[in-house]
Amino acid sequence: MDTRESSSFDAVVVGAGIVGAACANELAEAGLRVAICEQNGYVGGGATAAGMGHLAVMDDSDAQFALTSYSQSLWRELARELPVEAEYLACGALWVAADEEELSEVERKLRFYRNRNIPAQILDSKQLAEAEPNLRAGLAGGLLLTADSVCYPPCAAGYLIKRAIATSGSILFGKKVTDVSESGVRLEDNTFLAAGLTVIATGAAAVRLVPEIDVHPRKGHLAITDRYPGFVRHQLIELGYLKNAHSTTADSVAFNVQPRVTGQILIGSSRQFGVEDAAAEGPMLSNMLARAIEYMPAIADLSTIRVWTGFRAATPDNLPLIGARPGYRRIYLATGHEGLGISTSLATARLLADEILGRASTIPRSPYEPSRSFAVHA
Amino acid sequence: MPENVTIEVNGSQLPVAAGMSVATALFQAGEFRFRVSATGQPRAALCGMGICFECRVTIDGQANCRSCQILVRDGMVICTS
Amino acid sequence: MNEVDVLVIGAGPAGMAAATSAQESGARVAMVDDNWSAGGQIWRGIHDSCTRIPAGVRTLWGTQVVARGTSEHTLLLEDSKQAVEVAFDKLILATGARELYLPFPGWTLPGVMGAGGLQALVKSGLGIHGKSVVIAGSGPLLLAVAAYLRKAGARIKLIAEQATTKAVSSFAFHMVRYPQKMRQAAALKLSLHGVPYLRSCWVEATEGEGRLRSVRLRQGRKSWTEDCDYAGIGYGLYPNSELACLLGCRLRANAIEVNEWQRTSVDGVFAAGECTGIGGVDLSLLEGAIAGYAACGDTGRASRLFGKRSHAKRFAGALGRAFRLREELRTLPRPETIICRCEDVLYEKLQQMSSFRAAKLHTRCGMGPCQARICGVATAFLFGWRTDSVRPPILPARAASLAIRKEFQREADLKVLP
Repeated sequence: MDTRESSSFDAVVVGAGIVGAACANELAEAGLRVAICEQNGYVGGGATAAGMGHLAVMDDSDAQFALTSYSQSLWRELARELPVEAEYLACGALWVAADEEELSEVERKLRFYRNRNIPAQILDSKQLAEAEPNLRAGLAGGLLLTADSVCYPPCAAGYLIKRAIATSGSILFGKKVTDVSESGVRLEDNTFLAAGLTVIATGAAAVRLVPEIDVHPRKGHLAITDRYPGFVRHQLIELGYLKNAHSTTADSVAFNVQPRVTGQILIGSSRQFGVEDAAAEGPMLSNMLARAIEYMPAIADLSTIRVWTGFRAATPDNLPLIGARPGYRRIYLATGHEGLGISTSLATARLLADEILGRASTIPRSPYEPSRSFAVHA
Repeated sequence: MPENVTIEVNGSQLPVAAGMSVATALFQAGEFRFRVSATGQPRAALCGMGICFECRVTIDGQANCRSCQILVRDGMVICTS
Repeated sequence: MNEVDVLVIGAGPAGMAAATSAQESGARVAMVDDNWSAGGQIWRGIHDSCTRIPAGVRTLWGTQVVARGTSEHTLLLEDSKQAVEVAFDKLILATGARELYLPFPGWTLPGVMGAGGLQALVKSGLGIHGKSVVIAGSGPLLLAVAAYLRKAGARIKLIAEQATTKAVSSFAFHMVRYPQKMRQAAALKLSLHGVPYLRSCWVEATEGEGRLRSVRLRQGRKSWTEDCDYAGIGYGLYPNSELACLLGCRLRANAIEVNEWQRTSVDGVFAAGECTGIGGVDLSLLEGAIAGYAACGDTGRASRLFGKRSHAKRFAGALGRAFRLREELRTLPRPETIICRCEDVLYEKLQQMSSFRAAKLHTRCGMGPCQARICGVATAFLFGWRTDSVRPPILPARAASLAIRKEFQREADLKVLP
């Protein structure tokens, strides 16, 4: 058995998705020699390639708010240097209320955001129609969050990796990690890569390396249309989205639509449990598109050119795992981000680097601690 | 002798032979710019059989229609970009 | 609704032959084609006995297959107005082939078309009389197209065939065994009398301001320019195997793999014609007929055609060998040459990528509506890349069609032809 050792690194980051890329960048910036191990021959091929790239600030809990708003401010800083291929678009988000009941929920959200200095305003039915003429008539209104934005995650991840490498890193493509230990990682070709510390940022596949964590794949479908510039202007989400994101058992779809800089319309979203097959499923796609057409009837006639699926990494409380692996000193976790991996990648990396380097963090780290009580089974 | 239909191309009325594709009608009318590409270049039909999507134009208000796959119809309104 | 025993996808020569023989064997047959009449590409615009649908075969014109249906043995189809689901017992794929395009500087200029593409437009009524045309690329199709255009009044300046004289001659030599083809070839030669047919010759670039003005050709050390109104450039044919892949059929050498009964690797799914390998119209007709009989369990009638099919297949083999694409064609693109036409991705960007998927995610190559039908084939030739697996929709489809649900389904309104 060949156990030859390669050169050693201060940190090995496993996975070059958006989270791994952000972590590698932070650690390199802090002066560590970083190696990124990526099983594909390119960056951002997993959930990073599949997700919507909506850089959102969420209100479903204080901890979610803290992480998403901190991360969004970091994205705003990064946006200044992102290449054009990362398609950063400060389009804002509109949470759509279908009826009076949802509108009162919108009012609650408004207070939540306003109290925390997030720019938010309520649109009534008429204002909603003006903001988004293709939404169906008869919607009650919506909540406009002007600071939300969107990006194209694989190229954002690519940029972060490039920066990490330029600062002090290397990326090893085609290197699948099969085992992690306190002293480093073992690769599929049986090489051992010595590491001062290891960061697991492999998304839904993290359980392969860290079997005790409670991270499960949550499949999602997406579709994208041909170019129809101006058809939709903001990231649009129905309020029911949050209910779906929190459900732990039911398969669901929600209206969730995004304008891309190309003029294409990205259509989501769906969630499924316990499905490991990545094949696009007719009925799920059907329901998702039908929901989109319900909210935006003109979507019916748009040419849909591509459909794909991805797997979110979900934890029982919908908060990610950021920090040392329980019981270990040199293995760290940065996974379990469910539908907010792109949004919270930058804050995740910052918090993780803070913990590793013993720095104080801008927001409390405890809600995301991997050792928290919900469900680390032995 | 093929009967004629009248179509509108970018605002102008045009008599064309029935039975021809919109792409053919556009070339006949001297229109060689069916659409502009992602970086603004003029494009027109390439494959003539509906698989390259270079021939997309707006027909009767519907964008992204493959003109080589659609026959002209009396009163059809065509816009190239 | 009327039951469909055998559903044929494609009403070209193979599809027509399959529909005819399936019906002969007593099946209730339906056909689907995205054109408005039969003939596929090769018999486009021909209104003859060969393109007459047998009575009783129901056909959906202007209709494309989008995805699998909501249950086994169903397909989701769409036309310009609605989506429709069709149930069947057996499926015959006769999806044909498309032209193979290779990128070179200027290939995106309006007026530069495929050879078959230009022919299709002329058949549709494009006035070509008096217009100067350069035909280039590879394969016997170039001659057929040139002859057709010339007959329609075009001034064919030359035909540039990238294969060597030796390769083309050895192919011509093979035709001795196919007297009918010899006669066709002789007729073609006569109709192209006076038109230079240059071997080892290809288009290096096309030039023009917003529209094709001239073509730059290379033959050995010689390079020169020809002015022309249109260029018809195609480097052979490539099987349309996307539907087959979606259904899980195995491919071999980029074509649908079939056994002697024209059955694919998927039970109940047959395939015939160019989609199983480029072999010309005679082979397509035989394969179609065999598929039609075999799909109905009529092994007797099917096997009686095996001999003729073997004979026609040898021709197909010779075809592939003679017109193999030469290495120099890989060197045509310049750094600023567009490779993915849908997304305007330049060659220099792709040279930095390690695979098709890497290119797709990081340059947008293959993300356009043609679903990599053009750039996937081009990059396979240029870089040896393999494209992603096929997902629905296999062609861009209206969102409403993909949103079709059992409760909204309308049964296929199959037209019975007079």
